[in-house]
Amino acid sequence: MSANLPEFNLVKPSSIAEALAAFRDQPHAKFCAGGTDLIPNMRHGLFEVETLIDLGQIVGFDAVTINGADIELGAGISLSKLVGRADIRERFPAIVKACEKVAGLSHREAATLGGNLCLETRCLYYNQSEWWRKSNDYCLKYQGDICHVAPRGNRCRAAFCGDLAPAFMVHRAEVELVSLNGARRLPLADLYVEDGAAHLALQPGEILASVHLPAARARSTYGKICQRGAIDFPQAGVAVSCRKEAGVLQFELAFTGTNSKPILLEYREPLGPKTDADSYFEALEKQVQKSVSPQRTTTTAPHYRRLAVAALAVRLARGLV
Amino acid sequence: MKRIVSLNINGKPVEDAIADNLLLIEYLRETRRLTGTKQGCDGGECGACTVLINGRPRLACITLASTCDGAKIETIEGQGEGGRLSALQRAFHENLGTQCGFCTPGMIMASEGLLRQNPDPDDAEIKAALGGNICRCTGYVKIIKSVRAAAQQSAGAA
Ligand SMILES: Cc1cc2nc3c(=O)[nH]c(=O)nc-3n(C[C@H](O)[C@H](O)[C@H](O)COP(=O)(O)OP(=O)(O)OC[C@H]3O[C@@H](n4cnc5c(N)ncnc54)[C@H](O)[C@@H]3O)c2cc1C
Ligand code: FES
Ligand code: FES
Repeated sequence: MSANLPEFNLVKPSSIAEALAAFRDQPHAKFCAGGTDLIPNMRHGLFEVETLIDLGQIVGFDAVTINGADIELGAGISLSKLVGRADIRERFPAIVKACEKVAGLSHREAATLGGNLCLETRCLYYNQSEWWRKSNDYCLKYQGDICHVAPRGNRCRAAFCGDLAPAFMVHRAEVELVSLNGARRLPLADLYVEDGAAHLALQPGEILASVHLPAARARSTYGKICQRGAIDFPQAGVAVSCRKEAGVLQFELAFTGTNSKPILLEYREPLGPKTDADSYFEALEKQVQKSVSPQRTTTTAPHYRRLAVAALAVRLARGLV
Repeated sequence: MKRIVSLNINGKPVEDAIADNLLLIEYLRETRRLTGTKQGCDGGECGACTVLINGRPRLACITLASTCDGAKIETIEGQGEGGRLSALQRAFHENLGTQCGFCTPGMIMASEGLLRQNPDPDDAEIKAALGGNICRCTGYVKIIKSVRAAAQQSAGAA
């Protein structure tokens, strides 16, 4: 018996259909992929479950399929495997850069793409031990009545901090979700909702089965602001892609760590040979500052994070020109 | 619930009834009495519990033992052979890569995982592989030197 985890039953389906059926039988169950976020959260007493459905044994859940112009990544692929794929690195540089910045190497061996995209939101007042949270009367995300970050507001402000979502967004990824009602496909940005206590548009029992990437190439990169070089969630992260259309450059940017969902900014101003680059990037920097709204979810001040994320966005965008 | 799980631990096949919620670190330390693997934090933050699962470094403190069915698990206890230290253990000893020693089993297992994939890593690669392992004593310089020395020694021996 574990001294660190509550009791639960583990179900080990070998197909997605079996996993969906397991949820139908145990509707209060939770899915576990690599467990690198879920198990620490359980150890901190952030939730309890009677049944855990282990997605790690599903056959073919980590497959990469190339169908003409569409690349499909199984949600069970580990971040280490993604980092090791030369084709993904070449076509989608931001994705591999973001993967390399997630946690540490031993986390990335277990951590999956699906788990990263469905990562729980995080907050200074939530990712704490039980005695810490209890002594603070808990919070809106768990058993409490107020959000300590924005006490006058009526929603939880916990921040989405997954590194991969912005990188996939700027490559225009779509996600395939499956449930007992069938499959649906959405742009990745539509998977998220601006509410720290319910930030995923997944229906109960719905599984993120795979991620589709269009074959069209774009130059891209990813950078993150954090206090340590490893094992540190982003204070803010930025992915940028740059496409040349009709002789002018256009940027797409996406941010993590700043809001309860990752934010996509499709910047439609063109950068052409005659544009004044300095004023162009000054305007872009202002637009980024307006697009994100960091809150007191970390020990780093929100105002600093807003300025830093915009400065980083411009530095990365300039590097792609 | 308990289930029968087959493991290979440091080369020895083991079959055991393991509770669904038992963490691999609890199984190794409490059931198998392999106390070389350390618990340094409350889950996933320090690397002290690093072991090799099927040859790759993983954190035993956030891994459920029963998800390791059929896996080959290696811990610090399996590193030396016949009373002789492994190349990494010797290098950590000779280069003062260990002080209080608490982080050392995790450092050595993470380094072992690295050297098996990349026998001649440069400093940046060593730092990347050990990025998830925290040491409060050495200041890391001597740890990196130790891994480099072990790689050089193995290259010399080959
Ligand atoms: C010390 C530490 C540092 C970390 N640093 C970072 C970091 O810098 N950046 C970062 O992005 N992450 C970080 N993480 C978090 C985590 O390691 C990664 O985000 C990882 O990719 C999560 O994937 P997983 O497979 O382990 O997810 P799990 O822990 O298995 O699951 C995470 C959540 O997703 C749900 N889920 C998983 N798969 C699916 C699916 N296919 N369909 C529907 N729901 C699913 C689970 O129910 C759970 O709610 C860190 C974790 C630790 C412990
Ligand atoms: S004990 Fe496993 S990471 Fe700290
Ligand atoms: S030697 Fe003491 S923690 Fe590393």
